[in-house]
Amino acid sequence: MTVSYNEDRGKLLIELFGELGHHEAIDAMDNIAALYECISPIELILDMSGITFMDSSGIAVVMRTKRLCDNDGIAMAVRNAPKQALKVLSAAGITRLVSFI
Amino acid sequence: MKNTINKMSMTFPSRSSNEGFARSAAAAFIAQLDPTVDELSDIKTAVSEAVTNCIVHAYKERVGDITLTVEIGEDNMVEISVRDKGCGIEDIKKACEPMFTTGGQERSGMGFTIMESFMDSMKVRSAPGKGTTVKMRKRISVRGMFR
Repeated sequence: MTVSYNEDRGKLLIELFGELGHHEAIDAMDNIAALYECISPIELILDMSGITFMDSSGIAVVMRTKRLCDNDGIAMAVRNAPKQALKVLSAAGITRLVSFI
Repeated sequence: MKNTINKMSMTFPSRSSNEGFARSAAAAFIAQLDPTVDELSDIKTAVSEAVTNCIVHAYKERVGDITLTVEIGEDNMVEISVRDKGCGIEDIKKACEPMFTTGGQERSGMGFTIMESFMDSMKVRSAPGKGTTVKMRKRISVRGMFR
């Protein structure tokens, strides 16, 4: 799992690459939290186009990122979730709780 | 499963680095049925959830053995069994409820819900202090005329 980011005038884009299971989720969450704290964004987009596999561990990553943003009133959205990841997120009802673009 | 045509079984330690190996091994074995990409993704996801449960819940404080068995039966039926000899589940009904977890903030509590919705059927057998076995079935669609 690789986490990369781009920041443009307070808009934080975080991109996830690789498989996102339990083994990778804790590192991913820690990396996202560190980026969030360092940049203090005004908006956050989580791009999942590089995810090749995801189980329910990915749900926790998305929801923890949303909680970070909600605590500060920051807009957050998930972008380009692949079909398999989207199916996992849909089964858990996350597509009703988080913005998808 | 009755009338098993082919079967594989493997036992590995409950280390999270083995999750990817377990789901890939199950997918590689099932590939002989020529499943669709979606069917294979569903099975990989369910196996990943079951193995993660063993690592996070069954062997919370230690490393123990996880046994993954995949059987292929008649009519392209696949049965997957994930067994541990960990702490067991006291209340299976509660454990299967969406969003219920004892695994802390890094868990979503959706593992059993995902297994149930991605497979055709799921059964959980558990005894506190003895371990848990999750059995899941999915029928793979038959494609083409020649097999």
